[in-house]
Amino acid sequence: MLPPVFGVLFDGIAYGMLLFLLSVGLSVTLGLMNFVNLAHCAFAMVGGYAAVLLMRDFGWPFFGTLPIAFCAAAAVSIVFERVLYRPLYRRSDLDQVLLTVGIAFVSVAAAAYFFGTQLQPIELPNYMHGSYHVMGLDIAVYRLFLVAVGAVITILLVGAIELTRFGAQVRAAVDNQRMASGLGINVERTFAITFALGSGLAGLGGALAIEIVGLDPNFAFTYLIYVLIVVAVGGLGSIAGSLAAAVLIGVSDIAGKYYMPELGAFLIYLVMLSVLMWRPAGLLGRR
Amino acid sequence: MPVMAQIGAAPVSYLKAQTRWGAIETLFWLATLLPFYFLPDYLQLASQIAITALFALSLDLILGYAGIVSLGHAAFFGTGAYAAGLFSKFVWGEPLTGLIVGAIVTALVGYAISFIIARFRHFALIMLTLGIGLLLGAAANSASWLTGGSDGLQGVNIWPLLGRFKWDLYGYTAYGYSLVVLFVLFLFARRVIHSPFGLALRGIRENALRMAAIGAPSRAHIRTVYTISAALAGAAGALIAQTTQTVALDSLGFERSAEVLIMVVLGGPGRLYGGLVGALVFMTARDQFSGIEPQYWYFWIGLLLVAVVMFLPNGILGGLSRFLAHWRAK
Repeated sequence: MLPPVFGVLFDGIAYGMLLFLLSVGLSVTLGLMNFVNLAHCAFAMVGGYAAVLLMRDFGWPFFGTLPIAFCAAAAVSIVFERVLYRPLYRRSDLDQVLLTVGIAFVSVAAAAYFFGTQLQPIELPNYMHGSYHVMGLDIAVYRLFLVAVGAVITILLVGAIELTRFGAQVRAAVDNQRMASGLGINVERTFAITFALGSGLAGLGGALAIEIVGLDPNFAFTYLIYVLIVVAVGGLGSIAGSLAAAVLIGVSDIAGKYYMPELGAFLIYLVMLSVLMWRPAGLLGRR
Repeated sequence: MPVMAQIGAAPVSYLKAQTRWGAIETLFWLATLLPFYFLPDYLQLASQIAITALFALSLDLILGYAGIVSLGHAAFFGTGAYAAGLFSKFVWGEPLTGLIVGAIVTALVGYAISFIIARFRHFALIMLTLGIGLLLGAAANSASWLTGGSDGLQGVNIWPLLGRFKWDLYGYTAYGYSLVVLFVLFLFARRVIHSPFGLALRGIRENALRMAAIGAPSRAHIRTVYTISAALAGAAGALIAQTTQTVALDSLGFERSAEVLIMVVLGGPGRLYGGLVGALVFMTARDQFSGIEPQYWYFWIGLLLVAVVMFLPNGILGGLSRFLAHWRAK
């Protein structure tokens, strides 16, 4: 028999995996281009609403919608990157913050216009409901599935970054952009692809998050704050850092809500501030 | 940049020329008296605008002059509001002392936080300001025994101003009081900006490393201006607590931080009047469009932000001055 603290830990890790999916793209693109993209969760929201739309109006199964959520978010992000983001790479942080906050505002209003402000209900397949009883703990099937997805994505990402040619180019560009372009790496193209992949992962995270946290137009801002915290705590441009930070924040948030509900979200802000005070560049960040 | 244009002039005469009052400035402040005679129904709104303008001015000091992007400036606005509100509830309701207490408490909080702020730049700085703002918001929500939580602070009782002017329904006292405080603190900010210290701040904004290399104590300067900015924001918060006789939880919220940032950018950062003009335009627009759903209001705000960044990088005042320069050159 395990004490309930392990249950809290498990829920926290599952939640952390969700945060990891939502934030890893932002971390890598920030590390790559120093572009402060506060509209990242708006792309995640695109994925979420794509999944809802397909399930509700076209009767698709839940699993069928996940690749579409990924592709929809990636496709939308490519358009924005081309049209609006590219002219601003050399501009100040402030301009980037303002542009992307503006896009996030517009996305909230657009989502409210097309889908209404209510929480979107979704139907999971039956075998995703219920839970296993293991040594006195209730392990929800869906959360187990989230942890599995998170693990698979991490392995794929680390493999892609460490073992492929494209991954080597991304690492080189994160380390030293000018040097990388001097060696003939097309940094802009590398960035565009990474940006699309990162937004796609956020879209996937958005679709997977519906069951856990719900989906309404304010998603673009409520989860933006979590995502930014994960990115700042993990360190820019580091996949392992994002994973560690996502699990840390996920566990602190769930544990805080379970053991000290009166503190609310206070605990994770405190965790973030203490980590940043201790290591300004984040847990595994280099700059 | 005017600094570059007059680089040959002696520093003292340059600073003196900057502090001279122009006709437009005088007209601007005379125009702030117009609502008393022509728009008596809108005095409450005018008072809100004056207070928000003070808040925007405080953000402009760190954003436009020292280059600190803050996503959590409402932390100081809210601290000042709660400090003044609680002071009137538990000590006494005299407004001027309440205002000073609000500003001093906020200055102390700002001074403590400035030691963190001065160590960081760029993304970490944005995240820290955001985190501190969220932390204070969450703290005020948790401490509902003191702050009233989401119901707002009840029991704020402000005595008549100077013992004579009662807080009337139309807002004559509220607007007069807010306007005088805004003007006095504006004069103070103007003095700060046109001092050698103000020049050093602009140097830090342009290139912090080089300022350190020529021997300017950048971090000490940033701490000082951050404390001043916090005190001004706290004074604005105290004003809102006193004129509305309540403090709502959203005075600390992220939306308020984002809105004030939008106002400064809309007006034109680093121009002293940018925040004032931005607050005027933003608040008037929101009052005019108050009938539409909040979510669609944010749609237009979002579009406006995208348009300002793309086409009007220095805000309304930046666009105006570029237009004037173009027009004069013909």
